Order: sequence, then C-alpha cells, then structure tokens
Amino acid sequence: MMTKERMDSIKEVLKPKIVEKLIGEDKVELRGDEVVLKGEYYKKQVRIALKNCDIVDPTNIEEYIAFDGYYALYDSLTKKKPGDIVEEIKNSLLRGRGGAGFPTGRKWDEAYRYQADKKYIICNADEGDPGAFMDRSILEKDPHSVLEGMALGGYAIGSDQGYIYVRAEYPMAVKRLEIAIKQAREYGLLGENIFGTGFNFDIELRLGSGAFVCGEGTALMESIEGRRGMPRPKIHRTAHVGLWGKPTIINNVETLANVPVIINKGYEWFRGIGTEESPGTKVFALVGKVENAGLVEVPMGMTLREIIFDIGGGAQDGKEYKAVQTGGPSGGCIPADLIDTPVDFESLGKIWSIMGSGGMVVMDENTCMVDIAKFFLDFSVEESCGKCVPCREGTKRMYEILDRITKGEGVEGDIERLEELSETVSSASLCGLGQTAPNPVITTLKYYRHEYEDHIHNKSCPAKSCKPLIKYFIEDTCIGCTRCAKACPVSCISGKVKELHVIDQSMCIKCGACYDVCPVKPIKAVSII
Amino acid sequence: MSTVKLTIDGKVAEVSSELTVLQAARSIGIDIPALCYDETLEIFGACRMCIVEIEGSNKLQTSCSTLVKNGMIVHTETDRIKSTRKDIVQMLLDSHPNDCLTCQKSGECLLQDYAYRYDANFRNHHGAMRPQLMDTSSPYILRDNSKCILCGKCVLTCYQVSDRQVLSFSERGYDTKVVFGADQTIEESPCVSCNRCVAVCPVGALVDKRQLGKIRNWDGNTTVVMCKACEYGCEFEVYSRNKENIAVTAKAPSNGRPLCLKGRLATELKYLENPDKPYIKINERFEETTWDKALGITELIEKINRLEKDNKEEEE
Amino acid sequence: MEFKFDMEKNKDKVIEFQDFLNEKKSTKGPLMPALQQAQEVFGYLPMEMLEVISKTLQIPMAEIYGVATFYSQFSFIPQGENKISVCLGTACYVKGAQNILEEIESQLGIKSGLTTPDQKFSIASARCVGDCSIAPVILVNEDVYAKVKKSEIKDIINKYK
Repeated sequence: MMTKERMDSIKEVLKPKIVEKLIGEDKVELRGDEVVLKGEYYKKQVRIALKNCDIVDPTNIEEYIAFDGYYALYDSLTKKKPGDIVEEIKNSLLRGRGGAGFPTGRKWDEAYRYQADKKYIICNADEGDPGAFMDRSILEKDPHSVLEGMALGGYAIGSDQGYIYVRAEYPMAVKRLEIAIKQAREYGLLGENIFGTGFNFDIELRLGSGAFVCGEGTALMESIEGRRGMPRPKIHRTAHVGLWGKPTIINNVETLANVPVIINKGYEWFRGIGTEESPGTKVFALVGKVENAGLVEVPMGMTLREIIFDIGGGAQDGKEYKAVQTGGPSGGCIPADLIDTPVDFESLGKIWSIMGSGGMVVMDENTCMVDIAKFFLDFSVEESCGKCVPCREGTKRMYEILDRITKGEGVEGDIERLEELSETVSSASLCGLGQTAPNPVITTLKYYRHEYEDHIHNKSCPAKSCKPLIKYFIEDTCIGCTRCAKACPVSCISGKVKELHVIDQSMCIKCGACYDVCPVKPIKAVSII
Repeated sequence: MSTVKLTIDGKVAEVSSELTVLQAARSIGIDIPALCYDETLEIFGACRMCIVEIEGSNKLQTSCSTLVKNGMIVHTETDRIKSTRKDIVQMLLDSHPNDCLTCQKSGECLLQDYAYRYDANFRNHHGAMRPQLMDTSSPYILRDNSKCILCGKCVLTCYQVSDRQVLSFSERGYDTKVVFGADQTIEESPCVSCNRCVAVCPVGALVDKRQLGKIRNWDGNTTVVMCKACEYGCEFEVYSRNKENIAVTAKAPSNGRPLCLKGRLATELKYLENPDKPYIKINERFEETTWDKALGITELIEKINRLEKDNKEEEE
Repeated sequence: MEFKFDMEKNKDKVIEFQDFLNEKKSTKGPLMPALQQAQEVFGYLPMEMLEVISKTLQIPMAEIYGVATFYSQFSFIPQGENKISVCLGTACYVKGAQNILEEIESQLGIKSGLTTPDQKFSIASARCVGDCSIAPVILVNEDVYAKVKKSEIKDIINKYK
C-alpha cells in the first residue's frame, strides 16, 4: 500500500537527482520553486497541464511522485469529502478543454448529486482534430497526471471505475498508458483500498478504431459499449444516464491533467491565471506555416499575436501571415487583422471561431481559403456517422459545391447555396460534429468572401493554390539550365541549353515540379499565374 | 407519475411528465412530422423533422427526444421550422430517385407527404445519389436501397425480436446503408421474411413483393384482420378492389406481436382467392413449395385425410 | 481482389484468438476489443473470424458487420506487408501532403486504400497522426518520415522492397 511517508521519501531522494541531471543537460531552469523547461520558446509559457512534460520520465511512476504526483489524491482521500472536491473544482471555474468549454465542476456536481449503484468517469482521449496533438503529448509524456485526475474525479462523484478512450492512431500513448496503469496498480494508487481509505478505483483502457465522431460523448459511449459510434439523442443528461445507462462524466485529457494541480494549489491560485471567465491556461498545437511549430501552453487571454509571433516566430520562410485556423473542423479561420484577439472561450466565439481542443494552424499568403474550407468539409463528410439527415446529406452537398468552386466550375448562386446549407446543417444536426461542420465555410465566407467570388466569377485563385485555376509559366529570366524540363513528369517543357524554356500548357498537369527545381534566385523563373 | 402543463401552438396540454414534446403534441391532435419516430421503437433522433422551437432557447430542438416540462411554451410550425423542414426534405429528395409514379409506396409514403406539406421538389443536380442496389432475391420483400432514407426503423424493429436481429446499418457517412446479415442478399441472410421491416418502412425502400404491381394504398379498400395462426394475433391488412381481395400485407407490429411468415401465408390463404405460390427458405435458397409444407401442416393434413378415409371405410 | 482465409495455415492464430475471446466474454462491451484483436492478429477481419466472434460473444452477425464497417481501422482485405500511411491532417495538407500521396500512388501503381498485387505495399491516407510540427509526414509501418519531399519518395519506397 502506498503511504504518505513512502511518497515523501521517494520525493526527497529522487527530485534533486532529476533536477540536477536536467540542469546538467541545460534543459531546465528554476522559476521560483518550479522546474521549467529552458529556452526562448518557453519564456512566455505557463505550464500547468504540461508541467511535467519533458521533465519527468513517463514510464517511471516515482518520477511523477517526485514532482508532487498523487499528493492531491492523498490529501483528498484522507482529508476531504467528495463534495469538497466538487466544490473546489466548481470554484476554480475550470472549463472543459476538449472544445466546448463547459464548466467541469458543474458536470461533476450533476453526477455527484445523482444517486446510483454505479457511476463511471471517462477520459476522452479521442483527440481527432487534424492539426492537434495536445492530448497526445500529455498521454505520452505525463500519463499519471491523467490517471490522478480521473481518480480524483471518481472520488468526487462516487465512481469506482474509469475508462480511458484513446484513439488507436496513438500507439505510443496507448503503450505509455498501459505502463502507467500497471505501475499505479502496483503502487496501490489504483485498485482497491487506495491509501488505506477504503476508496476503490480502477481504470480500463479502451481503444478507438478510427472514427472522429467518437470524440462526441454519446458516440464515445456507444463505441465503448461495442456499437457503431453514432451519437444518441440526449433525452437525459449523461451525468444521469450515460455509459450502460449509469451516471457518467466525460472529461478531456487536458482537463483532467489540470485537476491534480488545482487540488494541490487551490482554486484561488488557479483563478489568478488567465481571464475571469476562462481561468487557467490552454495548450495549443501551433502548426502549419509557422516558424517555430510545437506545443505551447499559455494563460487564457493571451493574444493570437503573442502566440503566433512572439512564441511561434510568425509565418515561415518570410511569407506573409494570412490567417490562423482554430478549433479544427468545428472552428473557423481568423484573418490577420484580428491578430490582437485574446484567446479565450468568449473572445474566439465573438469572432465566429471557437477555442476547440487547441489546434492552431497558421496559414500564409499561399493558402487558399476556399480550399481550406473544402479540406475541412471533406473531413466532415468522411467522418460524418451518417445517422442524421442534415449532416449526412448536407455536408456532402456543401463539399460538392466547394469542390466545383475550386475547380473553376462554380456558378452564380453557389455562395448563397452554401449559406443556406450551412444554416440548416448547423441548426438541425444531431450532434456537435454536424452542428459545427459548416463553421469553416461560414467563417471563410465571412472574412474571405472575395476569394470565393474570384474563384466563381473570375475563375482565379488569389492564393495561386487551386490547380485547375493556375498556370505555370517560364519568364525571361530563365537561364536555360534544363532542370525543369528534366523534372517534368509529362515532358511538356521544351528548350535548348542556356535558352529560354517553354511550357506546353495543353499538356501541363500543374504538378509544380518545374517550380520546385527552378534554381533562379531570388525570384524563380517559373512563375504561377 | 406527475403531470405537467405546457402550451403547444397556443393549446394547453396536461400530460404525464414522462412524455416527450412530440407525444404531448400528438395527444392533443397536433401532428409534428417525423420520419424516424415510432412509438413502439427506441427514440433514434435521426431525421430531425420533428424539430420545434421552445421559448427560452434559440436552438431548434427535436420534439421526439425532449421531455415535457411545466410551463414550457412550444411552437411547432414557425417560419424557421417550416423552412428547415423543407431543407431537410429537400436533402432527402436530392438523394432519392424521382419515381413516385410507379413506386409501390406512392400514396402512403411519408417522404411524399412531407414533400407536399413543405413544398419540396425533385430537382436535377450533378452531385451524388444513393447507389441503386436492388435486392430481388426474396419473393416476399423487395429492397431498393436507393430509396432508403436511413430512418433506422427497420433495423430497430428487427432488433426487437431477439432471435432475428438480421438488419444493421453498415458503412458510415453518405455511404451508410441498411444491410441484411453481413451485407448479404435477403435470400442468403438469416432473414425469416416476417416483414416487420416492410411494415415500418416509411418509404419505398422495403416493400411487400407479393403486393407489388397489384394494388396501391389509395387504389382500393383495406380491411384490418387478425391472424389466427397463433395466440399473438398479429394484424394484417387485406387489400381489395371491386369486392375482390387482392393482397395481404403485414401491419406494423405492436404490443409484443412479432409477425411471422407462417401467419402471413395463413392469412393470405384465408382471404385471397388466388394467392401467389408460397416459398420457403431451404439452405439459404427460396424454393417454391406447397401450401401444406409452407404452413407446416403436412402431417396434420395427412392424418386428417387418413382419419376421414378410415371413417368412410367404417361407414361403408 | 479475392482473398481466401486459410484456416489450416492460421490454426495457431485462430486458437490464440479464441482464447482471447473466451477471456473477454465476461467483460462489458467486448466487441470493439474483439475486432481490434482480430485485426491485429490476422491483419484484417476474415469473415470466418467474425462468425467466431458472433458465436462466442452471442452478438448477431449483422451487428458485428455494422460495427466493423463503421470504423476506418478495420479492413476486410489483407493489408500489404508494408503499410504506407500518408498523413492528410491540416498541417500536412497545407504543406503539400496531397502531392506526396499522389507521388506514392504513381510510384506503386495503386490508389490509396489498396494493396499492390504482390501484397508488398498498401497505401492509406491517415487522419492527423499528431506530428504536425514536422509536416508533411508519412509513415511506413512504424517508421516516421518527417518533412517529406516528393523527390524522396522513390528512395523511401526502395528501402522496403
């Protein structure tokens, strides 16, 4: 059995060793009492959910304990009542980090108050937004923080069984979780009579099998129960009637990773970070055409500019920053002139995007916004479960329209048709996936309507990205190096050595190989028009 | 069980607190359209036709899956609702073949009814349509997946009988379809031709093949009869024209009545002058058979014949 | 392509799988783990094994089929010896993953989702694999190739030939 004394002695021996080693490697520095990662990239970050990532060894439970791990669980089980934990989380105003931002404490409270012989807590680790890998990092680098968060949730609501539903595309996360669960059981931190308090709690891993919609709560439960991941209509709250008809709470990975820290440091501390309505931090996966891609955890309310430019270093290769997409297929594209928007649930909602789970995809001048909308709709069409009419039929039609617009076959009225379909799909779909699927179209239409119009009326793609609408052309600056002619897969470039080369437009497949290999500097001789 | 009072389209309803808004509305004669709702089936929430507006919320809500609450004020036919319903029907029509003229279900098709009610029309477009996958393998059921609206009623009703459970959804998204067994033909699948699925199908995706081409819903009279084959007493409809009985079809199962092929054939035999030949499934093949074999009464008939013969001989 | 499941050749695997099922029988919601195990052990879902699942776990075939076709990681055809996955997540997409996929398709002469006739390679497009900071990414089996260029495809494929 695990005891406080044992944890204290682990901490005493191990922590100085780890810190010494990491300082020796020049990886970390001390910020007050905190051990934080060193470097420019981390200066503006405040790490709560990621606090142990790249610091502790995720395959060694003792290292987690050495960094205050499982102390929150110990204190709660020995000194606090379940209701106290619920109150603490309610007071912290922690909001779900999976996207919608529902107050976690209220969820817990619902389940806590509902009497039942069995209750479940599920960790939603089915992170599926393209361009997002926040949860993956936590699961791989600090799995115990999630286990401890779940145990605390279990104690709070009166559940003895947790499930982690993790997507199969994350084999490393699955492995690390398996190790972590095994070790936690061995150390008596999962299983029966934890800390000798009589509290039982265990966790089982369940794997997804490639269905984005299973990130939706009811679909996730259907999947665990062994059915097609089709969302259920919510007649009753999940906190009352959930998995196998029992009260269930579902929390996202990052949310759960916040819980032990909040319990350890108190809700006042937590509310001192971030904004009034969205306290704490948020982890973002800063990706796309950005100079320093990677995970960042920053206080809520930091502006997009600080995240993308101060931390991310702006657009890559000196290109012009154009937009950032937040919230994945449910979110929206935020144009450059709104770069000073603070990032929190309310502010992003006001500009038609959403916080989402934390994907932040940076786009530059060469990104076509119609094409991006098409990309997300394609995703939604592929991932629609097919149950409800608006999502199954409507997203398909929206995709078809976007597809023909990007092929230069758009017709008068297409924009209006997209708007009508968006309205019906978002207002009438069964689950969040359908209700938010039109968002990428709605926001790009709002901020980049002219790009749609250019495609439809002028048959041109302003970002020079849609193949059917562009032409490759060789300028007079051609030095006749013949590289383009050699690279052309359809041999449609002709020209003698040291003479101007010419592309036969009728044969060109617009693969861009000529452009890629052209060595002329600073401006390539191959141009795209 | 407590009761609550709510207002639906200006009418006051006093109903059990366990009812949904849709049930409450229907109880006071307000017909909220729904393609996937059926009071005998699990609430599915797929068609989204039953959306209503409830004061205090901006969101449209499906009345089939919203429980009534005291003081609720519900509107079921606002402009916003009508326009959304029209769009939903339109989406279904855009994937549906335009053949109401010859469709067996014409006249009793819910999709047709709602298209009329909300003024949605077939239209030409270059987008995808549901693929034509006609399954003609069964003499009892004709399946046309291109007409399927994926309301799920057939799957759910088949699932209710524990030793049947032959139907399921397969694939997902726009490719979703209803399959028999592991995507088999009706003949190869374990389907027992009870026609429960046909009886609940709101469109022409599953039709009674023995009725096909003979008579349609509006083209004659129907009488409801009770099957006498066993104590369940399932209901069938006898279709007639000019006093001649033309076809017998299963009525939707209710109150635990299971429906079965034997009962259907017995009812046909009883009411029809010239019923089609009976078929039974042997080793995943439908084979034409005799009525006594189809009804499983060969031995009984033989015995009756023998006894009658014996009686006659005794008399002589 | 027709694939015949060889019961005799897979005898050990079938026994292993049956043991797994017997063990899972008593847990709640065993179908997904059962299908995942079958996919893992056999490389695809042989119809014969679905029937074994149906019998052991007392789940109708139709339901199993419905579940198996819902999730994209299950397949009814055997996968190639080497599985090439091209990430088409947002980050990879904006960095030209579509071109990479097309290049692999043309190199192997099959479309995404299929297996080469010699069963050496199969190509799949993957949802975001979570390696966005090194986009575009392709995976060959468990090997991750970062910041892939079109010109590198040929060499990558040759490594596995």
